[in-house]
This record gives sequence, structure tokens and C-alpha cells, in this order.
Amino acid sequence: MIELRQLEVRAGTFRLRDVDLDVPAGQHAVLLGRTGSGKTTLLEAICGLRPVVAGTVRLNGRDVTRLPPADRGVGLVPQDGALFQHLTVREHLAFALEIRRETREVVAARVEEVADWLGLTPLLDRRPRGLSGGEAQRVAIGRALSFRPGILCLDEPLSALDEETRGEIREVLRGLRAHQPVTILHITHNLGDARQLGDCLFRLRDGVIEPVAKDSLPQSAVAS
Amino acid sequence: MSTSPGNKPVSLPLTGRGDRSFLAVLWVIGGFYLLILGAMLVADLQFTSPGEFLRSLRSPEIRYAIKLSLISCTLTTILSLWVAVPIGYLMARTRFPGKVLIDAVLDIPIVLPPLVIGLSLLILFQTPPGRAIERIIPVTYAIPSIILAQFMVACAFAVRTLRATFEQISPRQEQVALTLGCRRGQAFWLVVLPEARRGLLTAATLAWARALGEFGPILVFSGATRMRTEVLPTTVFLELSVGNIEAAVAVSLLMVGAAVAALVIIRVLGSERIFEKLRLG
Repeated sequence: MIELRQLEVRAGTFRLRDVDLDVPAGQHAVLLGRTGSGKTTLLEAICGLRPVVAGTVRLNGRDVTRLPPADRGVGLVPQDGALFQHLTVREHLAFALEIRRETREVVAARVEEVADWLGLTPLLDRRPRGLSGGEAQRVAIGRALSFRPGILCLDEPLSALDEETRGEIREVLRGLRAHQPVTILHITHNLGDARQLGDCLFRLRDGVIEPVAKDSLPQSAVAS
Repeated sequence: MSTSPGNKPVSLPLTGRGDRSFLAVLWVIGGFYLLILGAMLVADLQFTSPGEFLRSLRSPEIRYAIKLSLISCTLTTILSLWVAVPIGYLMARTRFPGKVLIDAVLDIPIVLPPLVIGLSLLILFQTPPGRAIERIIPVTYAIPSIILAQFMVACAFAVRTLRATFEQISPRQEQVALTLGCRRGQAFWLVVLPEARRGLLTAATLAWARALGEFGPILVFSGATRMRTEVLPTTVFLELSVGNIEAAVAVSLLMVGAAVAALVIIRVLGSERIFEKLRLG
């Protein structure tokens, strides 16, 4: 569950004020909005990557407003994947677990589980340089979910992909919650993604978040 | 430094005599410079013979200078990286008041005449804090002064290189590492530094090569005492001053060889394929 109350966040001269948002537990929420509307700023505030000026961020009932990103239990998948070029796919999937000092057996079992589920098993010893766009994004999703976070933040994870790969990653995202319970906040400006993936839709416009009914979305592909 | 696809040369079509003339003019201007560079090296090589070269290298003074140069340059490189990594990272990733001023200060060793750096160090060690240090460990006109003089210049180049390296690494990777459970320090050691490995090796090679060629600050701050504060550039200077041009040329060629080796290492490290082959990439 994601609850934002009267949230104020600044990014340089840009400012979001009095932002309220409720995403029920286990839902895939899509936040629409134009480029520059502050979607990524808001996502960063939820992840703890941008300080909150005022208001509160509650994740699964816990106030995390002042907690560092490491303690929030939020997985993040950025637009470009932001894979670590020096690590293999296996090391990506193990990264968060090794930071948490999990035993070698626990790490190996979880890596195998995530790799199997995301179809990454044949790629485990490859480095990001040898991966296609879709494969890289599956690694980014696997890395973000490896430590079983309660919340998953997706920052336009499909926007850099071609149509075919986009469909493939959409399917991966659609099937996520069958594998582990997670509340998803997915920001995009693509209405097709919103329609196909979103359980609940929101739009960020002029600093205000408003709910959007799925059937009210226009047929064009890009949010206005 | 890393080579991005954007750095690769693009083949543009030649669509007529005008285009060919344009490229020919560029080749003539660039070729003139390369010609002088090549001619200088050829002239050096013709001035000496392999026998003379080897005889010079057998002299105890030159052997001492080679040894001292290798040791001092290596220590300077380690010190430079130790200092340049935090400065480069802070300059690339943080905002603070007076950053523009500090940025300018960091470039001072690059733009300052080398003799002035030596003179400034000499004066610094005449101040009360400097004298206090001298009482514990003699610096001026001793071996530590060589390392300090080399360090002051070489470190500035390492800082420039590493700052550019850290700026090229997307902060997104560090942010993701934080969400995965890292503290800032862990994200730095586990993600940023390994991502910067090419830049680190380039900075180290550049610092080493700069330190090897450093002469002005060493002449002023360390003196030019044979078998004591004699590094390779000092040897060239001392041999020239007594008219032993053959020995000066032999040592110069040795330094040219070391500099070319350093440049080749920098280029090779810049190549993505080499890292893949070495399984470092």
C-alpha cells in the first residue's frame, strides 16, 4: 500500500505541493502525466532518493518519510535499466541479497528462482553489454524484486523498447504479482501501457494527482 | 576513459572535389605537426647508437636516476589516486557553495608555470608549519620533495580525469544501488568505483607519465644533486650542462619510450574490446 499525504518535494526550481495518493495493497497503479509534470520526482521521493520538504510517505502502513532508500523496501526499475556494467546477470540478481548478508544457499536459491521466472537462466553469466533491450529490462526487474520488496516503482520501463519487446516486457509485468505479492507504482505517458497494465490509474497534472477512469482514456497512445 | 558509441568516427560521403580539397587541407595542416614530431624522434635516434645508448644506461648515476624515477613516480601515482578519487567524486556528484572557486583552484597546478610550483613549495616549507614538518622528516632538497613536487602536478591531471569519469557514470546506477540496500559508501565501493575502473587506470597512467616528465618544480624544490635527488629529467639537465649530449639523448630516448608505453596503455585501456578480452568489462 502506498499512501502520500500533503507531500511537498522540490527538484531545483520545480516544486510539487500538497500531493495526495492512495494505492491499495497489491494493485498495479499507473501514474500518467506529461514529460516534466513531476512523475519521476514523485517516484524518487517515494524511493527516498529525493528529500521530502513536507508531508508523509507511508508504505505498507509504515511511515518511511525520513528513512534512507535502503530501509524502505522499494524496488526501482528505471527507464534505461541502469544495470551495473561490471556485474553479470547472476551478480545483479544476487546484489541486494548479498548486501543483506544472506547465506550463499539462500542467495543461490533466490537467484535461480528469479532467473527461472524471468527467463534469464541462459543469460546468468552474461554482462549487460551482451544483452538486448528486453533482456536488460528483465534483469532490471529481477534485480528490483530479488529482495522481495513490498513496493515496486517502475519509471517508464517500456519507453526505450521496440514494439515487440514492449509487448514481451508488458507480459512480464502483468505476471509479476502471480509470483510475489507487491504493490506497483508505474509511471508512464503511454496510454496503451496504462490500459493494459493498470488496476487503478492516476494523472499528475499541474502538481495535482487525480484518479482516472480506464474507459475515459482517449484512444491515442500518449497521455496529454 | 570509456569510449561511447558517440565517440566513434562516422564515415561521411565525399561528394565532389570541394570535399576532397577540404580534407586534403586538414591533412596537410595536421600532417605538418606530425612530421615535426616524427622528425624530432628520428633526429634523437640518429644522434645516438645502440652501443652509446647501452653504455649510458650502465652509468651508476643514470641507473640511480632510473630507480628513483620509477619509485617516486609509482608513489606519486598511488598518492594521486588516493586524493583524486574523493575530489573527483565530490566534484562530479555534489553541489556546495564555492564549487566554482574550488574548480578553478584544482586547475592551478595545470596552468601554473612549473617553476612557480617548485618555488611555492620551497617557500611553504620555510613557514613555521613547514619547518615543523622538516624537523620530523627532511623534505626540501631530499627525496620526499621529489614525490611532493611530482604529486602536486600529477594529482591535478588525475583529478580532471576522474571527475570526467564519475560524471560519465549515470547517477541512476548509484540510486538503484541505494534502493537495493546500499548505504552511500557501499554504493560507491560496490558500484561507482568498479564502473570507474577504466578511468582509474587512465588516471593512474596519466599521473605516472606526468610525474616521470616533471622537472621544473623538482629543480627548484629538490635541487639537482647527483645520486641524491636525481631523477631522469634531472639527468638530462645535468648531462646537457656538462656537454655530454650523447648521455642526455640516451636518457631522453628512455623517457620517450616510457611516455609512448604510457600512451599506448591509456589507448589500450580505452578500448572496450580489451576489457572484454581480459574479462574485466
